[in-house]
Amino acid sequence: MNSATVRNLLVRGMLAGLAAGLLALLVAYVLGEPSVDDAIGFEQSHAPAHTHEVEAVSRSLQSTAGLATGVLVYGVAFGGIAALAFCFALGRVGRFAPRATALLLSGTALLAVYVVPFLKYPANPPSVGDADTIDRRTTLYFLMMLLSVLLAVAAVIVGRRLAGRLGHWYATVTGVAFFVLVIGVAFAFLPAVNEVPKDFPATLLWRFRMSALAIQVTLWAGFGLVFGELAQRLLSPRPATAPAARATPVPH
Amino acid sequence: MAQHVAQPTTDAPALPATLPIRAIVPWAVFFGILMLVLLYFVGAEQGATSLVSGENVHEWVHDARHLLGFPCH
Repeated sequence: MNSATVRNLLVRGMLAGLAAGLLALLVAYVLGEPSVDDAIGFEQSHAPAHTHEVEAVSRSLQSTAGLATGVLVYGVAFGGIAALAFCFALGRVGRFAPRATALLLSGTALLAVYVVPFLKYPANPPSVGDADTIDRRTTLYFLMMLLSVLLAVAAVIVGRRLAGRLGHWYATVTGVAFFVLVIGVAFAFLPAVNEVPKDFPATLLWRFRMSALAIQVTLWAGFGLVFGELAQRLLSPRPATAPAARATPVPH
Repeated sequence: MAQHVAQPTTDAPALPATLPIRAIVPWAVFFGILMLVLLYFVGAEQGATSLVSGENVHEWVHDARHLLGFPCH
């Protein structure tokens, strides 16, 4: 039955990820695409003539179906991963109901998966970034993401270990302080990447990055709320709203 | 799941029992890897590394890759 619960949570996580992905897609299309178009305009007005290539996928497809594919697959994939993380976290991180656990996990994931790597290696619009350094930039970005996620998990484990001795408040503060300290050291020692063209508009870069952040906030907030609701209904059905279901166990 | 049902007389949320690690691990390993493969195709394929030849995967998810914060070209 426990394995079935994990499966049910996983399916709900992926569905919640899809729903959150749809919300994020809306934000990406409305807020993000105008900056992408402006950045491509900048690229075309500055690129030497010989770099113009034949378009494999047209701009109108990239900004609609292509964008949707990417954002939705991202939502479903992270929804699944977050649901599995939720299975580990449930009842182990403190006295939180499923709904609260889901939102806490989602907020932590937003920080660890996106915001922390973003602070060191922020999202870049087209025309920012040298094609020759893509290997190095990709390695650094995924390294930062991995480090941040592993450290967040470590911080939770440290906090849990200390909770008995220090109490929940100081254990949590210590866990967070540990995370901030190690991430700070990583920020200081990992190499910086600065490949913004000299005359690239600063306001466009800011707008692009804010829209990238808005996409992630929407995705993770949406996921936390939707998945939390689904998990709550699965794990602790309210007897008041479903009196008939009180006697019968939830079917699997 | 009957053990998770809240007592009808109390309004406090019932705290869910933990799921045993043994029950989670098989799902986590299999689906964890599957999800990471999906993320790889959205985030990095035909960028730094390439499993499928050509540019089509990269070009198709181009906008998503930029807006989701992955290093693109």
